[in-house]
Amino acid sequence: MSDVSLTVNGRNVKASVEDRTLLVHFLREHVGLTGTHVGCDTSQCGACIVHVDGKAVKSCTMLAAQASGSTVVTIEGLANGAELHPVQAAFKENHGLQCGFCTPGMIMSATDMIRRYPEGLDEATVRAELEGNICRCTGYHNIVKAILAASQAMSKAGKGKAKKAA
Amino acid sequence: MGMEGIGARVARKEDKRFITGGGRYVDDMVVPGMKHAAFVRSPYAHADIKKIDVKKAQGMPGVIGVLTGKELKADGIGNLICGWMIHSKDGSPMKMGAWSPLAVDRVRYVGDAVVIVVADTKGEARDAAEAVEITYKERKAVTDAAEALKSGAPQLHPEAEGNLIFDWEIGDAKATDEAIRQAAHVTRMSIVNNRLVPNAMEPRAALGHYDNGEDHFTCWTTSQNPHVARLVMSAFYNVAPENKLRVIAPDVGGGFGSKIFIYPEEIICLWASKRTGVPVKWVADRTESFLTDAHGRDHHTTVEMAFDKDNRITGFKVDTIANLGAYMSLFSSSVPTYLYATLLSGQYNIPAIHANVRTVYTNTAPVDAYRGAGRPEATYVVERTMETAARELGISPAELRRKNFITQFPHQTPVIMCYDAGDYSASLDAAMKAADYAGFAKRKAAAAKKGLLRGIGMSCYIEACGIAPSAAVGSLGAGVGLWESAEVRVNAVGTIEVLTGSHSHGQGHETTFAQLVSERFGLPIDQISIVHGDTDKVQMGMGTYGSRSGAVGMSAIVKALDKVEAKAKKIAAHLLEADEGDIVIENGALKVAGTDKNVPWFQMALASYTAHNLPGGMEPGLKETAFYDPTNFTFPAGCYICEVEVDPDTGKTQIVQFVAADDFGNIINPMIVEGQVHGGIAQGVGQALLEGAHYDAASGQLLTASFMDYTMPRADDLPSFQVSTSNTPCPGNPLGMKGCGEAGAIGSPPAVINAITDAIGNNKLTMPATPQTVWAAIQAKH
Amino acid sequence: MYSVNYHRASSVADAAKLLKSGDAKLLSGGMTLIPAMKTRLAAPSDLVDISRIAALAGVTVSGKTVTIGAATTHHDVATNAKLAKACPALTHLASHIGDPQVRHKGTIGGSIANNDPAADYPAAMLALDATIITNKRKVQASKFFTGLFETALKDGEIVTGVSFTAPAKAGYAKFPNPASRYAIAGVFAAKGKDGVRVAVTGAGENGVFRSKEMEAALAKKFEAPALDGIKLSASDMMGDLHASPEYRANLVAVMAKRAVAAANG
Repeated sequence: MSDVSLTVNGRNVKASVEDRTLLVHFLREHVGLTGTHVGCDTSQCGACIVHVDGKAVKSCTMLAAQASGSTVVTIEGLANGAELHPVQAAFKENHGLQCGFCTPGMIMSATDMIRRYPEGLDEATVRAELEGNICRCTGYHNIVKAILAASQAMSKAGKGKAKKAA
Repeated sequence: MGMEGIGARVARKEDKRFITGGGRYVDDMVVPGMKHAAFVRSPYAHADIKKIDVKKAQGMPGVIGVLTGKELKADGIGNLICGWMIHSKDGSPMKMGAWSPLAVDRVRYVGDAVVIVVADTKGEARDAAEAVEITYKERKAVTDAAEALKSGAPQLHPEAEGNLIFDWEIGDAKATDEAIRQAAHVTRMSIVNNRLVPNAMEPRAALGHYDNGEDHFTCWTTSQNPHVARLVMSAFYNVAPENKLRVIAPDVGGGFGSKIFIYPEEIICLWASKRTGVPVKWVADRTESFLTDAHGRDHHTTVEMAFDKDNRITGFKVDTIANLGAYMSLFSSSVPTYLYATLLSGQYNIPAIHANVRTVYTNTAPVDAYRGAGRPEATYVVERTMETAARELGISPAELRRKNFITQFPHQTPVIMCYDAGDYSASLDAAMKAADYAGFAKRKAAAAKKGLLRGIGMSCYIEACGIAPSAAVGSLGAGVGLWESAEVRVNAVGTIEVLTGSHSHGQGHETTFAQLVSERFGLPIDQISIVHGDTDKVQMGMGTYGSRSGAVGMSAIVKALDKVEAKAKKIAAHLLEADEGDIVIENGALKVAGTDKNVPWFQMALASYTAHNLPGGMEPGLKETAFYDPTNFTFPAGCYICEVEVDPDTGKTQIVQFVAADDFGNIINPMIVEGQVHGGIAQGVGQALLEGAHYDAASGQLLTASFMDYTMPRADDLPSFQVSTSNTPCPGNPLGMKGCGEAGAIGSPPAVINAITDAIGNNKLTMPATPQTVWAAIQAKH
Repeated sequence: MYSVNYHRASSVADAAKLLKSGDAKLLSGGMTLIPAMKTRLAAPSDLVDISRIAALAGVTVSGKTVTIGAATTHHDVATNAKLAKACPALTHLASHIGDPQVRHKGTIGGSIANNDPAADYPAAMLALDATIITNKRKVQASKFFTGLFETALKDGEIVTGVSFTAPAKAGYAKFPNPASRYAIAGVFAAKGKDGVRVAVTGAGENGVFRSKEMEAALAKKFEAPALDGIKLSASDMMGDLHASPEYRANLVAVMAKRAVAAANG
């Protein structure tokens, strides 16, 4: 058994679990955060993506014990209270989801992508960067649109903030 | 149109829970005392079960129960059935082999369920499943349908001699043969429609809960049609009487047909819950999904299309062998027959058609409906043949199609269907314009300078949706009616709940159905809730498939709304001391036309429930129910144009442009319709370029049993799509809707393959046109 | 996944000690090992996690000498500015391994020690004539990769890093498997101070290999057309559902040209 201690969405979480427990199962079954999903066994579909210490990772390919001591953000922790994260808002606005199963992973992947491309994104880059996320419903068209829209909105907001700071 | 009414691009109401992690799928459900199941599945494609020893497994940590097919049979659980009777051309009924939810003495495909293990955790259930000792005697297996029909092939079921399930025909053989004999030109082709795995992103799952105190079962399941699941599990599988079985399909993560069918696992989880005394949850892993979800397509077809000297089609003869896998899944027989051969006229005026279809057992996963179900297969056959004929006849593909288009409606085809409305030239024109078809030669020349082969291909599809008139499908062998039901409950404060038999697993019903009500009564969609997916809440309904939720499901709502409106007007007229005929509903109020006299909607609703002042003899309350049975199929149609660049060095195809011009009739929410088309095209492009289920012929092992080997379309495999609609209203239903859920998957594969074959100059190309396949086709040309 | 005991190593020495227990395996990014364990294809009794040993992570570029710690993630290799100047082919290679989430976890040491015949790094190591550094010794790449999933590593030996001299020119081109996105042919071509090396991954029946024929042609002239007419024998190539030996042989030739073209930028 492993004593796993994490900060999940700002809250400290501790549990003793079997060493073989994957982070995704720890989040779903021990923390009760079921927004993170499992869609494949081969680390490809990305339905399980969360942020560990600020980086997007596949929580189905990481033991909870490996993550112990880390800070984790899941889809449930992305919105600021009632205010949606710009990526969440863009997915809704642009119809970037249908059945919703891949959506949490898509959104966590997209927020990480936008973080890594502060200078902005183009369609080809978004499509390439989505290699680790599979969606069966949308044909990706509106997902790509949503991410581009969110990236623009966030870079505008970021510039605004920077100006204020200056 | 109001801001949120019919035709408005309203953002979806249901999105909030999905984008915040609040969706509730079966695997998210927790019931007190719940335990976890793992299945022991056959590692062989075909074998006799000689012995099952569960002793060691029973003693493993955390194990609560290890159950076999013998115990299942002893408890009277029935075999799985196919619910659509097809008769062979000799009049004999289809030959349905027995499918026990847990195999008892023989396994027939890799993944066939044999034993269920219930344990404290999923890991322990799997550990114990590995400890179950089963002695098999392996038999020879056959995975290819044509091979299975050959004499000497391994036999799957004693009921089906030579593995033939039925040998069925439609149309006029004699007239078609005569047309071919007298033709000025005959185009002959051999066409394979590749086998696909649906791969909804949410794997199938079931949670069975037997409540001993109530003697009542609850089943949470990943279903597109929970009522049908309950009906079939009660009436045929003997799980429980309907009044003691509640089926809940909560949020469902995509279906695409694969979650229509009732599978062994939900039956077994319910039964195992009673046997073990604990709620039992099973969630498929992806490989289990690959092995056991019903697959799609898998047709081998030969065609002959006859033309007169003016390039008009005079006859079309089709011979198809369809692989149905190891057992007949719930609607498997209807897919390669009435959902396929009845669409072989395409958009064309063809005086004589004949199709012969043989369906075959093989040692593979069962095959059933997958997005489009039969219609993609028909469209692929028709549109590959048309394109090939145009090349052989030396005329433009557009001209050949246009010359043969049906232009007068209604049009009775020689294969049952009566097309009610359409304008095929309009979609062809729209697509060609959007694709800048005229500028293609220039683009091809520019690509050649970069060393790339550029090609263009089109596909003019038609499908039959809005499934379906009950009496008509009954006469064709369906075991159920295909109507839909709705209940509209106006609450005392005027808010509304609509309970529908349709099921939303991505289609956005919670929004579009609310838009329909909003349009009618002028209420904001926030005050309208859509309830679905629970047999305890919603009256009997038939579910969502065959692009039927709009044309059939919403038509039922319209009927219920008519009744609500009539009663509401009566109440308002009484309150306003006006004539019922003078009452109009506008902006959330019932008004006397031409005056300022009105009663707000909520006041009328309240009046109906206080019942202090209702017209004499009127029952209190405001709640109406309707069942809607369509009078005909609907016929969405359109034209898709695909443009590709092929790298001759690697064979890799890049789709550089994809245009879709669809005619879906009237549209409730264009944004959602576009999303449906995008997703459908992605699946169609997936079939054409990427996806193919492959079994090893000798061992019957599925070689493509994970995303490592089965290529799912990813974002960088696809372009952004140019979609548009040009709508001729459907005359057959009150909203004039045709349906849009399957079109993309139906229309796109031939457009892609026609484009690649155009690019490489070799018409012999099979799907999926992977880089290797295309490279080989380019090599074969030299 | 079968039951397993997890250990987090505090140092390489600690890891070496922990590695002695049962049938223990090293866990770095886990991008190959954990999927294999999930499908029960791998069943180590113990996992020794070395991913948090700070001394194992990082890229140093000193003059022409590049050293990369074993626990450096693909993402950190791909985005290292100094390395991008010294050997852009390697940052390009790292930026195309797996997907962004895999790159955040997967490490160069893990990739090398696993020696998957379709992995990218082994081709780079071979073509760059890199030295594989372990807790016990230094091994030339040419002696390190010994076959499919086989390396010169002995029991208890831990890859701690790699080092190489930045080449004058290098390029990497791969053709990915459409489904898994692993290389079905990946070619790393490097022109160093002692000649040209061309290493091929994803295609060879015995894992990563060098093409002497291509090296000879490129030694004369390090330009893509120098490879015209070179045909590889299909008999040495792997064959599977996605690529026959013939197709792979073709792809290797095509990717080699593209790698050289990329090297010449």
